[in-house]
Amino acid sequence: MSQMALTDTIDGLKVEAHRPWPRLVVSEAGWRAVAAELPAGRLTLLGLWGERSAAHMAVLDEDTAEIAVATIECPQGSFPSVGALHPPAIRLERALHDLYGLIPEGLPDDRPWLDHGCWGVRHPLGDRDNRDPKPPPYAFLPAEGESLHQIPVGPVHAGIIEPGHFRFTANGETVVRLEERLGYAHKGVDSLMTGAPLGKAARLAARVSGDSTVAYGLAFARAVEAALEIEAPPRAAYLRALMAELERLANHFGDIGAICNDASFALMHAQCGILRERVLRAAHACFGHRLMMDRVVPGGVSCDLPAEGAATLRGLLDELRRVFPRAVNLYDNTASLQDRTAATGVLRAELAHQYGAGGFVGRASGRAFDARKRPGYTPYDRLDFDIARFEAGDVNARVWVRIREVEQSLDLVEQIVRRMPAGPIKVETGGEGRNAEGMALVEGFRGDVLAWLRIDDGRVANGYLRDPSWFQWPLLEAVIEGNIVADFPLCNKSFNCSYSGHDL
Amino acid sequence: MRRTLLESLIRRPVTEAAPAPDEAALQELAGSLDRAARRRLGRSLSIREIDAGSCNGCELEIHALSNAFYDLERFGLRFVASPRHADVLMVTGPVTKNMREALERTHNATPDPKWVVTIGDCALDGGVFAGSYAVVGGVSNVVPVDLHIRGCPPSPAEILSGLIALVTGANHRKRA
Ligand code: SF4
Repeated sequence: MSQMALTDTIDGLKVEAHRPWPRLVVSEAGWRAVAAELPAGRLTLLGLWGERSAAHMAVLDEDTAEIAVATIECPQGSFPSVGALHPPAIRLERALHDLYGLIPEGLPDDRPWLDHGCWGVRHPLGDRDNRDPKPPPYAFLPAEGESLHQIPVGPVHAGIIEPGHFRFTANGETVVRLEERLGYAHKGVDSLMTGAPLGKAARLAARVSGDSTVAYGLAFARAVEAALEIEAPPRAAYLRALMAELERLANHFGDIGAICNDASFALMHAQCGILRERVLRAAHACFGHRLMMDRVVPGGVSCDLPAEGAATLRGLLDELRRVFPRAVNLYDNTASLQDRTAATGVLRAELAHQYGAGGFVGRASGRAFDARKRPGYTPYDRLDFDIARFEAGDVNARVWVRIREVEQSLDLVEQIVRRMPAGPIKVETGGEGRNAEGMALVEGFRGDVLAWLRIDDGRVANGYLRDPSWFQWPLLEAVIEGNIVADFPLCNKSFNCSYSGHDL
Repeated sequence: MRRTLLESLIRRPVTEAAPAPDEAALQELAGSLDRAARRRLGRSLSIREIDAGSCNGCELEIHALSNAFYDLERFGLRFVASPRHADVLMVTGPVTKNMREALERTHNATPDPKWVVTIGDCALDGGVFAGSYAVVGGVSNVVPVDLHIRGCPPSPAEILSGLIALVTGANHRKRA
């Protein structure tokens, strides 16, 4: 698609005041034409969401890093299904139907997704339908064949894990199929955001997935700033990046330890737990909150680095750089560990590309997309770092992506501390009386987080937050096939998808 | 290699002194612990964690309780995999409607006597998610709660001092 600008290839009417990327209202034919680019691999699906009588899809041209939103009005309450052509859209459309009641015509799987029949209402964000508050009973996909048996797990799990249901169909030890059922953590964030003042909506965004609170806070803030045409001051941009890299470090340490623990290697788990705790303590010392919740706000950040902050961070870097390489060495030199992680849970590159899989899931299977680089945002354009990319697609590659990203983040923190500009940390948002739309794509530790907002007089009129897990959960189903049941926890940890971020 | 790593782990012990039991928690508990409970508990507690739709922030800090700094097990507190082996249900989240039944079932599967401890502001009253069509809002709307540990999320030290209050509560009440 690189010959022509993305918007020239989409036939539609450009909406004013949608920033920074265009939104076009398209006809049914125009919608189908955009959808057809997805299975062809010319565009990547970034998100698909609804409102009362319209559906939107965000797409990315990976060659040019251009982004656009196509909108189809649905006066009859339906639109042509994208999932009918492109499987990565299926769950997004099932969720859209649950929430708004719009019908994706031709959707191959029309079972509910987030709606488990417990809300007391159907289509809570559309024209509420209270006549029959329960969808039909959920039917898992049938599995037939001699000597197949089913193993249902969850929604409550044996460990300290988020809620979700997994149904394994196994032939002896080998998994023939995994079917996920999610939605248990659905809290109705979209509806709570509707009509909320920006400050309250920002606090909600910060609680979509607690492990990515900085990434969500940043995505929300950047969408607000794009809509209202304001820019956070340079110092705020550096402080945001500092928090984002600390969040990435803490999560990657946690993940590396947890993956090794599931491969029965508790020493790495203990070591990584210490590294993670050190990062969280430094975050608390610098920003007054271990997870740095509510520190990124529309217009800037809510608190500045204290006088001793730079010294705290240098001390942290020294300690992490002293210990982490030994942990890496240990991982690399423990044959029994490699035995479990190498060639386990292989994700093929084609699938990673088809689903636009972000983060370590995509980058371990050859898809080197990183929103910090492209489309990119400040201050990363002024910082030196590489995108870690591996090709093997197995658990081991997903561990190595994290290891390389830890090293990159350590360098980034050092650069950020060294180059931190002086100055104010916040500007007024001043959205009163304005009606505008904004969008942002931000690189969280597990991949790109998308935020889309329509702002009306200082309040959120509509909002959509898309977790990277939407395009990773379905791939977990694919990679476990042919592996033994006992390797599921290991594969699952190496993906570490968010339940809350996905269920919203 | 393994030796150098072990050395780096133990050269300076990182485990911290026990925090004092939380005073507010002790007061909240005063009514819910009786002598039978005390006898059963001794100084050891088996905890079953259940995420009733949290944002996962609280889970991160519950996980941190097991790292070398807090070392939960030295207090006789341990996480178990089955509600049938649990004395304490530790619940997070605003209780989504989609998790309500699972929470009730887990509570019913836990043998008496049992205690319910909630972690986080969501579990107290729904927190920022209160008022949604999709949440019940507050664990005590579903099962009786003995102790609330507040915060968003509470730090591991705060969770720990709440739990220590739980095991020492009965003695404290006798002295009072
Ligand atoms: S209390 Fe805060 S951290 Fe805990 S689950 Fe609720 S929003 Fe997340």
